[in-house]
Amino acid sequence: MSATTAPRSSIPGRAKDQSASAALGRRRARTDGIIRALCTIATVLGLLFLVSILATLLVKGASGISLNVFTDVTRPPGSHGGLLNPIIGSLIQVALATLLGTPIGLLVGTYLAEYAGNGRFGQVVRFVSDVLLSAPSILIGLFVYQLLVLPFGGFSGWAGVVALAIIVIPVVVRTTEDMLRLIPNTLREAVIGLGAPKWKMVVLVCWRAAISGIITGVLLAVARVAGETAPLLFTSLGNLNWSVNLSQPMSSLPITIYSYAGSPYEDWITLAWTGALIITLGVLGLNILARAVLRARR
Amino acid sequence: MAQVAIPEVLPSLPARPAPRRGASAGDAVFALLCRGSAALVLVLLGAIIIELFMGGLPAFRAFGAAFITSTEWDPVQDIYGAGVPIYGTILTAILALLMAVPVAFGIAFFLTELAPAWMRGPVGTAIELLAAVPSIIFGMWGFFVIVPLMAGTIQPAIIDTVGELPVIGSLFQGPPFGTGLFTAALILAIMVLPFIAATMRDVFLQVPGVYKESAYGLGATRWEVMRGVVLPYTRVSVVGGIMLGLGRALGETMAVTFVIGNANRITASVFGPGNTIASIVALEFGESAAGSLKLSSLLALGFLLFVISFGVLALSRWLLRSRLKA
Repeated sequence: MSATTAPRSSIPGRAKDQSASAALGRRRARTDGIIRALCTIATVLGLLFLVSILATLLVKGASGISLNVFTDVTRPPGSHGGLLNPIIGSLIQVALATLLGTPIGLLVGTYLAEYAGNGRFGQVVRFVSDVLLSAPSILIGLFVYQLLVLPFGGFSGWAGVVALAIIVIPVVVRTTEDMLRLIPNTLREAVIGLGAPKWKMVVLVCWRAAISGIITGVLLAVARVAGETAPLLFTSLGNLNWSVNLSQPMSSLPITIYSYAGSPYEDWITLAWTGALIITLGVLGLNILARAVLRARR
Repeated sequence: MAQVAIPEVLPSLPARPAPRRGASAGDAVFALLCRGSAALVLVLLGAIIIELFMGGLPAFRAFGAAFITSTEWDPVQDIYGAGVPIYGTILTAILALLMAVPVAFGIAFFLTELAPAWMRGPVGTAIELLAAVPSIIFGMWGFFVIVPLMAGTIQPAIIDTVGELPVIGSLFQGPPFGTGLFTAALILAIMVLPFIAATMRDVFLQVPGVYKESAYGLGATRWEVMRGVVLPYTRVSVVGGIMLGLGRALGETMAVTFVIGNANRITASVFGPGNTIASIVALEFGESAAGSLKLSSLLALGFLLFVISFGVLALSRWLLRSRLKA
């Protein structure tokens, strides 16, 4: 009896189930499709921003590129100046900041990877370094202003170098520690087993094994500080005259772009775009190079 | 027995050379160098806090706790308050996150689940390169490209539509200057977008494949896998990534300075001009004499910004601690 009634009553029911589940399936597929489309649009939007920035820089900056930009110093508006002193000033400050910050960052990263273990001190240092990595760079500038500019009587290239070096340190720390942690422990054991002291293990074996990662970190740090403007506002200030004296205010590309872009003079604004193009190509080039170094060794 | 045998064998080996004295001394020196450098990082943080606080002390003394809430900024009468910059800093950062987070999520979802394998590397790199573009470039691009676009098209359109609505309409009224809080928030959103997207992508990638495969095996769609498996698994780290973006947005200087309009007043409309802590420090610093109360007020603002962003970044690191360090 139930065998005869059950199928009869369940047939329309199953049909209803089927149409309901088909509708559910369609709705699920539709939701999925809409969200996938939105996510694709989001990615296109992100890429569009990068393309728009690069295109703007090329359109507005490329026309101003000439030999003059690289060979002539900054001059008053209307007299066809170049960007030689900002470029040289930036190169000097970034190079010295990298030379100053890299060894410290390297040693801190080595400490975290090779010595700290799971100790409290290491955890605190790692945490603070990571916070400094994302801390507002303008505050580093204010700090160095208080530390070096006020007590030592004025803005100077050295103060700019120190401010940028402070920004270099946490970048190098992060990459150094990450890269050293990738080295297998068997390598360390092999070196110690041969009777080498630990410092030789670190310097001759671990650093050498991690060299591509460390270079990547340094390149990324250079790229980061090359475009920094805010910390230099309070330290090396900028200098419209030719000067390579580090105890005087020193010109830099980002600061010059900042003051030229905000000026009312057409030719200064064009130079600002040219400077912006140079610096962006440099920074993005360094980033791509850093990735290539890392990939080449793997 | 075997333990007894060993001493008999050992003497026949060549005598173990005594470690050279240089080795242990070298070890001690090198360990000290590493430890000292690590300590330097802590000293650096302490020095930053102390220097900013000491610099701001005269302002804190002169205005007391009211410094934080006062909206006055009057160089003529030498009265300064942090109210407007703090309001601008927090408002622009939060607006920026509201705009950036959905887009960043979309990019991370696209890069981990939707994009074909060959596309993930190059597109991911392009998004990361957006993070490498210097702040000042965003400022120039914002000022010369986005501001005219806002003034000419976007803001009039929003004012004519959303601005007509009751209640929330008042937030979107006023003349379309192009510059202002909203434009600053938009530029900030574009700047923090790659940081949030890259963090989200990295944590999404750490979800064990088995979990996702079992959900797919049950017939789940990609969105259902994302919502039902990946997001619950990575929730804490995703919030950490958003906090990282917030920390970046709070302290951003050059780009904001270009587009925010730089006025020390609180306007009801998000299209109005304003300032942030970082922008007022960058702009007013040049006109502040050493030792003046104004300079001290700027340093006090710097100290407040440090406290706010340190708190946000510390929270971010704490939320991200387990997943990113695996």
